[in-house]
Amino acid sequence: MSTIADRLIDDAGIQRGLNRLEQSRIRSIIKGVLASETGARLKTYAETCMRCGLCAKACHYYMSHDGDPSYSPVGKVRQTMWEILKADGDVSKQQLQQFAQIAYTECNLCRRCMHYCPLGIDTAYIISVVRRICHKLGVTPQYIQDTAHSHAATLNQMWVKDDEWIDSLMWQEDEAREEFPTLRIPLEKEGADFMYSVIAPEPKFRTQLIYQAAAIFNAAGLDWTMPATPGWDNSNMAMFSGDAEVMSRVERAHYETAQRLRVKRIVMGECGHAFRAVCDVANRWLGWKVPPVPVVHSVEFFWDLLESGKIRMASKHPGTVTIHDPCNIIRGRGLMDKLRDVVHHICEDVVEMTPNREHNYCCCAGGGVINCGPPFKKVRVIGNKIKAEQLKATGVHTLIAPCHNCHGGLEDIIKHFELDMHIYFLGDIIYKHMERPADAGGGE
Amino acid sequence: MPQSDAWDFETGARSLCDLHACARDYNWLEEPYFSPDGERVAMAAVSDDGATACVNGQAWENVFEKLWMPRFLPDGRLMAFVQTDGEWTAAVDDAPWENTFAFVWNPMWSQDGSRLAICIQQDGEYGIAVDDAPWETLYENANQFVLSRDGAHSAAVVQTISLGQADIEGYQKGVFSVAVDGEPWGSNFVNCWGPAFDAAGERVAAAARFSLYDYGIIEEGRPWTTTYQCVWEPFFDPNTGEVLAPVRTGGKWGLAHRGGFRWEPTFHQLWQPAYSRDGRTLAAIVAPKFGEFTVAVNGTPWNQTWPVVTDLVLSPTGRAACLANESNTRFRVVVDGTAWTGRYDMAWPPVFSPDGKRVAAAVEKHGRQTIVLDDKVYKEWFDKVWPPVFDPSGEKVLIRAVSGGACLRIVDHISSFKA
Repeated sequence: MSTIADRLIDDAGIQRGLNRLEQSRIRSIIKGVLASETGARLKTYAETCMRCGLCAKACHYYMSHDGDPSYSPVGKVRQTMWEILKADGDVSKQQLQQFAQIAYTECNLCRRCMHYCPLGIDTAYIISVVRRICHKLGVTPQYIQDTAHSHAATLNQMWVKDDEWIDSLMWQEDEAREEFPTLRIPLEKEGADFMYSVIAPEPKFRTQLIYQAAAIFNAAGLDWTMPATPGWDNSNMAMFSGDAEVMSRVERAHYETAQRLRVKRIVMGECGHAFRAVCDVANRWLGWKVPPVPVVHSVEFFWDLLESGKIRMASKHPGTVTIHDPCNIIRGRGLMDKLRDVVHHICEDVVEMTPNREHNYCCCAGGGVINCGPPFKKVRVIGNKIKAEQLKATGVHTLIAPCHNCHGGLEDIIKHFELDMHIYFLGDIIYKHMERPADAGGGE
Repeated sequence: MPQSDAWDFETGARSLCDLHACARDYNWLEEPYFSPDGERVAMAAVSDDGATACVNGQAWENVFEKLWMPRFLPDGRLMAFVQTDGEWTAAVDDAPWENTFAFVWNPMWSQDGSRLAICIQQDGEYGIAVDDAPWETLYENANQFVLSRDGAHSAAVVQTISLGQADIEGYQKGVFSVAVDGEPWGSNFVNCWGPAFDAAGERVAAAARFSLYDYGIIEEGRPWTTTYQCVWEPFFDPNTGEVLAPVRTGGKWGLAHRGGFRWEPTFHQLWQPAYSRDGRTLAAIVAPKFGEFTVAVNGTPWNQTWPVVTDLVLSPTGRAACLANESNTRFRVVVDGTAWTGRYDMAWPPVFSPDGKRVAAAVEKHGRQTIVLDDKVYKEWFDKVWPPVFDPSGEKVLIRAVSGGACLRIVDHISSFKA
């Protein structure tokens, strides 16, 4: 059995935080977070965990490291929060480094282990509190901290400037009108049925996804809009860095933008963690019990378009595909059935990977892990050997994953383990194979 | 909304143009916008020749490569962003500005509409242009732009020091400031948000972060000595000129000023504060309990709460109105703490009559829109309506609407609204 001390990785952000941290601050900050930001929930978890280890096999890190207990959920909690509580917050800088590495890079907050705990203990919550403590102490990995900085400065996660967002939409509208002459990406259309929100990688380097969404909405004849102001990005890495204040500033802008535009709902692109931020975490920090504007994930939205016949498939994606279930919209929202309905609508044949649905293994990119950047890439790739084995066992070469982070993580796994697979978003396939409007050129 | 006694408030209905007929003249016609006085309706229009603005069915003489964001200023002039030879600028009533830029967006105007400001990007640098005069100094990044009430001054959060990729250390030393009329404050902060002018446009305050954890307020570049867990946008007391701001401390929100509290931190949320024009009433949207929102007037919350409250509006005399809803449905207009009986699928901000005695709002139900006035519904429903305008006496209402493709200007007496 190893411990976290055996596998520490140099990270400029964590190291810098430790260097400037005064030992005397550690206990007071930790005690402050525990006293003012936790309560019966953490106490109950701490007092009821039997250390039975039934959570161990739920964790892809544990399964990918030949059953090393230090990677088990309870093992990670024992090496972090239980140490903090045992020491009454009086922990060393060396321990903090270990806490940060475990909390930010060896747990995806995927909540699979919660399903296997006889008491339903939410390890992701406990690890999130550890992250909150690390944030308050300034001990955060460099790259996710940089992303949180971007959120704070621009209200999006990739330093996209105000004009770059609008310009990207106009560019995609121009491109799409070559194919669909009457297509619009309506900006600031007050009173539209829905506001479409995306994550910042879409205008930054995956603009084809905006094109495809616009093409699908155009084909379905939908009344929609996108804002020409900040508030368009639904992603939130500040949630995962532990910066609740910036997390909430971002989501406040998101919801207030939708309210200003008087839309009935927000439809969001194929992203998992954003759904968690918008519909679960940040809304509550802001004081709303439920989202003030309904948020519909793309899986649900595509399901509705296909079931209602607003989008019809001219053909189906040929061959066999398998489905990756993103944690935040499956365990977090229960979209497993609708995801399968959509995939069966648009693909010829589906082979399920095992286990699947709410028992599916995480991609190992989520929870902000991929955003911790290059220093920890190997950790998350090797740490998900079990996923590679799961994918390989399907014998399928096409994988569907309706989540940006899942794409990033799975692409790395596929490459490292030489799996010969290609990943698609649902929108990729719907766009390619849907019936086109009568005035459309090209396509199928 | 500014209102002129010269506006036509003669009772009756007129059709300004027919959208279906207009559409035949263009390849592409976007959604209409009404002028404040309801006399003109404008749309972005695209033909084989290019893009222009279509006003009451008549195209501007100028044709551009692109045109977007047609909006009427409060004084009735029509502006739009236009592109020629790949360069962008603003055009007002068919006259493009002389200065052009790589990109323009986010129009802002003075309260009376006499001054127009736009955000500009030129050669990768950012700033504001007011009435065709760009800031002399532009910045590698600027956002959260704001214009003073009279339009004489503009401000934005600006980045004054460059950062390398993932330079978290440089960021945390502070690279952001606020520039007023293009000139930055002399000090930098980790973050600045929500700059705000005082009523005279002479002073600016902003929210800031001094470290990743310490939030506070900056006045004219000088930070308050007290810090908080979080802050929202500051604002000025019109009576004293003092700065106030919603702040979070001990996990609760209050209204801070002078290092103390105007409203004690007892709320789960507090935002969108507003003063009445007479300066006697200060109101804000608050959550006395988790998930329960209402309006607090001079520090005292209304008795009733709702899951969501938006669009707080104060009358000149200090009455307060807002919208309440449940998950963006079942919208109700709430006036002085009492919710109207009518429930709607969507609603627009309430509008007070000039004497503050009446309230009206645009609402939507089952895909049709109309105006409600003091909880009474107008006799006719439309495809689309704009917020109502009271005549100076408060006895008549100007309704700007689209029905069956006709853009309608209707003036009707308040007796046409029925419970």
